[in-house]
Amino acid sequence: MEGSILSSILFATIVAGTPLIIVALGQLIAEKSGVLNLGAEGMMSMGAIAGFAISFETGSVWLGVLGGMAAGALMSYLFAVVVLTLMGNQVATGLALSILGVGLSAFIGKPYESEILPTIEAIRIPLLADIPIIGEPLFAQQSLVYFSWALFGAIVWFLYRSRPGLVLRAVGESPSSAHSIGYPVIRIRYMATIFGGAMAGIGGAFLSVFYTPLWVEGMVAGRGWIAIALVVFATWRPFRVMVGAYLFGGVMVAQLFVQGSGLEINIPSQFLSSLPYLATIIVLVIISRDQNTVRLNAPVSLGQPYRPDA
Amino acid sequence: MTSESGGSEALRLELQGITKIYPSVIANEDVSLSVKKGEIHAVLGENGAGKSTLMKMIYGVTRPDAGKMKWEGEVVHVENPAHARSLGIGMVFQHFSLFETLNVVENVALGLPGNPDLNQLAEQIVEVSNRYGLPVDPQRLVHALSVGERQRVEIVRCLLQNPKLLIMDEPTSVLTPQAVRKLFDTLRQLAEEGCSILYISHKLDEIQELCHVATVLRDGKVTGDCIPSEETPKSMASLMIGKELPVPEHNAPVELGEARLQLNRLNKKSDDPFGTDLQDIELEVRSGEILGIAGVSGNGQQELLYALSGEELVDDADSIVICGKASGRDNPDRRRVGGLGFVPEERLGRGAVPRMSLTENALLTAHHAGMLNHGMIKFDKIAEFARKCIAGFNVKCGGEEHAANSLSGGNLQKFIMGREILLAPKMLVVAQPTWGVDVGAAAFIRQELIDLRNQGTAILVISEELEELFEISDRIAVIANGRMSPAKNLADTNIDEIGLWMSGMWEQGAADGTEAQANA
Repeated sequence: MEGSILSSILFATIVAGTPLIIVALGQLIAEKSGVLNLGAEGMMSMGAIAGFAISFETGSVWLGVLGGMAAGALMSYLFAVVVLTLMGNQVATGLALSILGVGLSAFIGKPYESEILPTIEAIRIPLLADIPIIGEPLFAQQSLVYFSWALFGAIVWFLYRSRPGLVLRAVGESPSSAHSIGYPVIRIRYMATIFGGAMAGIGGAFLSVFYTPLWVEGMVAGRGWIAIALVVFATWRPFRVMVGAYLFGGVMVAQLFVQGSGLEINIPSQFLSSLPYLATIIVLVIISRDQNTVRLNAPVSLGQPYRPDA
Repeated sequence: MTSESGGSEALRLELQGITKIYPSVIANEDVSLSVKKGEIHAVLGENGAGKSTLMKMIYGVTRPDAGKMKWEGEVVHVENPAHARSLGIGMVFQHFSLFETLNVVENVALGLPGNPDLNQLAEQIVEVSNRYGLPVDPQRLVHALSVGERQRVEIVRCLLQNPKLLIMDEPTSVLTPQAVRKLFDTLRQLAEEGCSILYISHKLDEIQELCHVATVLRDGKVTGDCIPSEETPKSMASLMIGKELPVPEHNAPVELGEARLQLNRLNKKSDDPFGTDLQDIELEVRSGEILGIAGVSGNGQQELLYALSGEELVDDADSIVICGKASGRDNPDRRRVGGLGFVPEERLGRGAVPRMSLTENALLTAHHAGMLNHGMIKFDKIAEFARKCIAGFNVKCGGEEHAANSLSGGNLQKFIMGREILLAPKMLVVAQPTWGVDVGAAAFIRQELIDLRNQGTAILVISEELEELFEISDRIAVIANGRMSPAKNLADTNIDEIGLWMSGMWEQGAADGTEAQANA
């Protein structure tokens, strides 16, 4: 019995951390190219409503996820045009994108307020899923959870093993040097930004299609912001992003467990609900104190517009 | 040198009427030059004469507004650097195009076509760097490399591409004299193998020694072509700067006063895993002398400067004594109050805040000089100070309200030097006083240093330009591997000896116990 509680907490933790991993890894790629997109919250919201609406209308989960991805990518494309082509300020544009996305998704989502999607079956991996305690959490998950792990592996390989990844890091580090040895800085930044948007869209769709298969206005609930903070405090390293995301998920589940357990405690529920955010930030601040790690991993040109002199 | 008949087929590169106009300045106007196969062709001119812009157009980083470029007889429009490299053009940049958070192999790989295997590439780098005497460790991160080492990486990166035309933009400024000779041997060997070399420099002696032909630029225009071996430095200088080369007034020794800076067994472990640890540094600078410290960059100069300025504290307060006060544990501000002036190597970001006005930058170090009234800034006073600095040190700028990064390197350096000198320091520490500064400004700055020393200031100059140290110093010492050689009177030494010391070999002549120990 004890084991099954642990197992379900672990299970829920992984599920809660998954959208953060997907969104934060996408933003990590964008930021590694030197683009700071603060619009993750808005892109996730648009991904969530697009995913839900398309799944609901077509009855296809995968069309929904694709739709969410497209919505996020489109939002980030808008952002890229403003900051990369028109040289707008990245911080201001990103904030505007967040506000736009949250508001627009609420508007589009009005007709879907009281609708519910069918729950999606988990994919059980034969034999492995029967391992006690860790079997269920690791090997009987929904498809997007497996996707987040594959994404993590792919991004580690891309950044540190592949040449395009090397070029991407170079662009984020010094766009002028990258330009002078002949790389198309603006085009690379466009691609990285749009990738980041697409991942934010998938993360949003995960929330509305898989996690809680319904649409509620404001359901992204600050996860976009947490994802951005995760990337920074994880000092732009994929593994730490993953750790941070699960930490967030873990505290989220633990506080829900406490709130739901009916224990008589004199702590306001609002404080408990804010714990995951607080705990994640504190832990990540502590592990990101090392100046050398920051210096080695932070994209130097982050947030700065770059215009090649023709 | 051009034994093959000089027909147009032998021309590797030909520029005709190249013009490049930027919004505020004409960088190149109607520039024509031609480079033969296997020729070492100098492009001579001061900083800001348009040499770098011209080279960037050849390498495809920017495009000309007018004019024609012919490559091996064919008209080409170089679209981008990758295109240039595919034609066989390689370039070593003056302002390095390296990425600090990547290691050497990754940096080299970024400049090569295709997807080279990094392990194999590392071996190639070691091989090429050994062959040409340019030692670099392929696994080191670039941010931990010194200026000189970074340049080696750039050179090795080019050589790996077997270029037909190699553009070298001011390559020797950070090398020891021996290394310069070795580089020249390499360049001559490359030229004999048929590679053409465009050699950008403002150093007349180097051009005379190395180059077959020279094209001289001034204010973006060609002012003449010449054969350097048939010219005198004077005649080339007049082509280059339009007047005769200013020579600083010679060093009449001044009576020495008290010791203003003493380093007593200064030890400091570098925070950087790839930095150099300072070991048992002994040094004394007295009032009325200039002590020059030579050395190839990356041998502890950065660490020494951080320790002297107070940006990093040392454990033992007594190991740094400034004007009689043990200062090893004092922060930079307290050291300045005690009479220290400091001019760092990096002008933008350490010597001055790039986006702040000259007035604001003046305030940064001058705030003790009566610029504050109970913590409030006296803006009229500080502006007056900035104007005095601009007028007194010939700073060419739009006015004291212009941002520091709108000034050319030479003018900003004059401003920073002026700011420190006007504060009348008792002890002045200067790093690389004329790095990237044009000839006229460099001569001016050196003269200011000599004048200041004549007034009794103690001055410590750390420079990688030996000629400069020999021009202004009274005594000279060498830093190598974080250890300091004894200081020698200028009259008792010469460039060859100091050059030898720069590789750490001073104890052979005057071996004493401690140094022999260090070798064990």
